[in-house]
Amino acid sequence: MALLVLAMVVQHNLFSVVVLFGIYSFLMATVLVALDAVDVAMTEAAVGAGISTVLFLAALYLTRGDETRPLHRTWSALLVSVGVGGALVYGTLGLPAFSDPAAPIHTHVVPRYIHEGPKETGVPNVVTAVLASYRGFDTLGETTVVFTAGIGVIALLRRRRRKEGDR
Amino acid sequence: MRDFFVLRVIAKLLIPFMLLFALYVEFHGDFGPGGGFQAGVMVAAAIIFYALIFGLPAARMLVPDALVESLIALGVLLYAGVGVAGMLLGGNFLDYFVLMSDPVAGQHRGIFLVELGVLITVSSVMLKIFYVFAGRGRDAIE
Repeated sequence: MALLVLAMVVQHNLFSVVVLFGIYSFLMATVLVALDAVDVAMTEAAVGAGISTVLFLAALYLTRGDETRPLHRTWSALLVSVGVGGALVYGTLGLPAFSDPAAPIHTHVVPRYIHEGPKETGVPNVVTAVLASYRGFDTLGETTVVFTAGIGVIALLRRRRRKEGDR
Repeated sequence: MRDFFVLRVIAKLLIPFMLLFALYVEFHGDFGPGGGFQAGVMVAAAIIFYALIFGLPAARMLVPDALVESLIALGVLLYAGVGVAGMLLGGNFLDYFVLMSDPVAGQHRGIFLVELGVLITVSSVMLKIFYVFAGRGRDAIE
């Protein structure tokens, strides 16, 4: 995957970047399956590798296929991204080790969800129970975010089609 | 891509199974992995696949723009409506216990409806974004 990212950075033909991006998403989906997050893997495979690749290709169709050469190289951008990346990596050092059973996330509300969830909701899949029932508010917010994204795209891109007398 | 015979036949074979799998992921989400978001993007992917093979006008005829746009709002309204129904029946917002006489069955019903709302909104938003993007290039040519 690191190789793929390097190839994407080096590559100047945007079409191959889009294809590499799709491959990256599929690899990411397999990583997520290995992490036992099948839900997220399904979304990644469908959205990351499928729909967003199609959308990128559609956008590419409207623009030119090659990256334009920047007028000047901005070293400050590199500095900022390396700095932010370093800060994030430094932040992860403070997190508990991966799959540590004594980590706070496993001791606070999770035991209740796992033990009481199936009894209270009648849903054996804990992910669904948490997502739709215990955290129903958050999911409503997420749905609203998706809704807002759709409305935004319609508001931005739809007017033009009308002007040209398509409808 | 309308002239490729193999692609057309394969697409016709695959799309029903994609939609069926999306429904399975949606309604079996209580027991296995999956739910509204996953099923929604699968439905959208199946229809986008259809549009890629048979052309955008055919897909627009199958799932018209007006329908997609109203479904975007309908999904969120269904989700929020379940919450409001919980309030009307004497619980808090998004309380599913009150939806049916048995609290566990009420939870089940609430989760089902909420996931259905998520499915509707996610799939129609994805589809609408694709329509708008793909339609833009087409309009520029014609």
